[in-house]
Amino acid sequence: MTGAFRRILMRDLRLAFRQGTDAVLAVCFFIIAATLFPLGIGPETNILARIAPGVVWVTALLAAMLSLDRLFQHDYEDGSLELMVLSPAPLEVVVLAKTTAHWLVAGLPVIVAAPVLAIILQMPVEGFLPLIAAMALGTPAVSLIGAIGAALTLGARRGGILVSLLVLPLYVPILIFGVAAVDAALTGQSMRPHLLLLGAILAAALPLAPWTAAAALRQATL
Amino acid sequence: MPDSFTGDTLTCIRGERVVFSALSFALSDGDALMLRGPNGSGKSSLLRVMAGLSPAVDGALRWNGAPVTDDSAGHHARLIYAGHQNALKPALTVRENLTFWAEMHGGGRVDAALERIGLLALADLPARFLSAGEARRVCLARLGAIEAPLWLLDEPATALDAGARQTLFDLIAEHRARGGMVAMSAHGGAPLPDEKTLDIAAYAVARAGIEEPPA
Repeated sequence: MTGAFRRILMRDLRLAFRQGTDAVLAVCFFIIAATLFPLGIGPETNILARIAPGVVWVTALLAAMLSLDRLFQHDYEDGSLELMVLSPAPLEVVVLAKTTAHWLVAGLPVIVAAPVLAIILQMPVEGFLPLIAAMALGTPAVSLIGAIGAALTLGARRGGILVSLLVLPLYVPILIFGVAAVDAALTGQSMRPHLLLLGAILAAALPLAPWTAAAALRQATL
Repeated sequence: MPDSFTGDTLTCIRGERVVFSALSFALSDGDALMLRGPNGSGKSSLLRVMAGLSPAVDGALRWNGAPVTDDSAGHHARLIYAGHQNALKPALTVRENLTFWAEMHGGGRVDAALERIGLLALADLPARFLSAGEARRVCLARLGAIEAPLWLLDEPATALDAGARQTLFDLIAEHRARGGMVAMSAHGGAPLPDEKTLDIAAYAVARAGIEEPPA
């Protein structure tokens, strides 16, 4: 079972590095979209610093939407998904491996890029650590919850937009606590409760999302 | 003890249409079941039901008498399914593609299988450069690389040239000689030695009062 997890993970990473997937483009989108805010709002430090955590989080969620709808799409179209359903490995493990690969390719670079954007947005230095910690807990949950949406919309035309409509409302708690953790640190309060709640969301999504997405994939390959 | 794979009074519905009903078959070691019938008669649907991809709305599939739905993972481990699509990743080499599927089934003889089907020279070529026939051969190389008693092949000879077709039939003959089972669909083509033929059109449900859509 761990063997199947590792093999699918390595395969998806190899595919991502060899053909430069949508995930790479999503990170570029994240950087460009967040950079537009200082240009649009103007160089007033106070306003930018106030909205910085929210801007970073919202653009990160939108960037995730760009790549998530393709999570199972290619495997679905070329018949690989059918064979994965038919492989002896549990489909939940397949989903978890593919989601992990997605997070490594699309989520991790976003976390790395977030402090740079925070500088552009004039966020005070005290907010950097909470931002990274909140994103480290939040972005895996984003990939996991997004996998459900990606699996549910397989085979639908305009699947990408449908995924956004389905999944973005589910990201609201992650957004609220992610931004609140940074705001708390900037106003001298404890970020701990917010991070704990983000951790709880991740802990719930880790077993439930692969299970749900696997059920949707079995329907998609009927 | 010989294995047996049977289907009892299977009914399959796809897209609100009853494709076939009350269809039964029985396979045991070394048997080959050839599914024949016109387009849309349900050959692929039956193979998907046999694989456990699609559920049968009625009837039961049994392996050695036990319903396969009791142990889906066990059923998946004992079959190789080759559908219409080849499940190849264009960015991966031929060997990487085949190795991945072999390892998902617990490992196998990848290079030997590639040599058998005449693709060893192309093993390090990305799959995007393969012709339709070569891609089909990589898909079928799984038959040589993976050990599984039950082969479900949906028109496996599509796009294959005469030589590759002969290799495919040789692989099937060897598999049967080892006690394996094969269920495959085909349009025309020579029958396999002492095959069991299943004419799926005979199990189509008469739809009284519903006019056939114009062809």
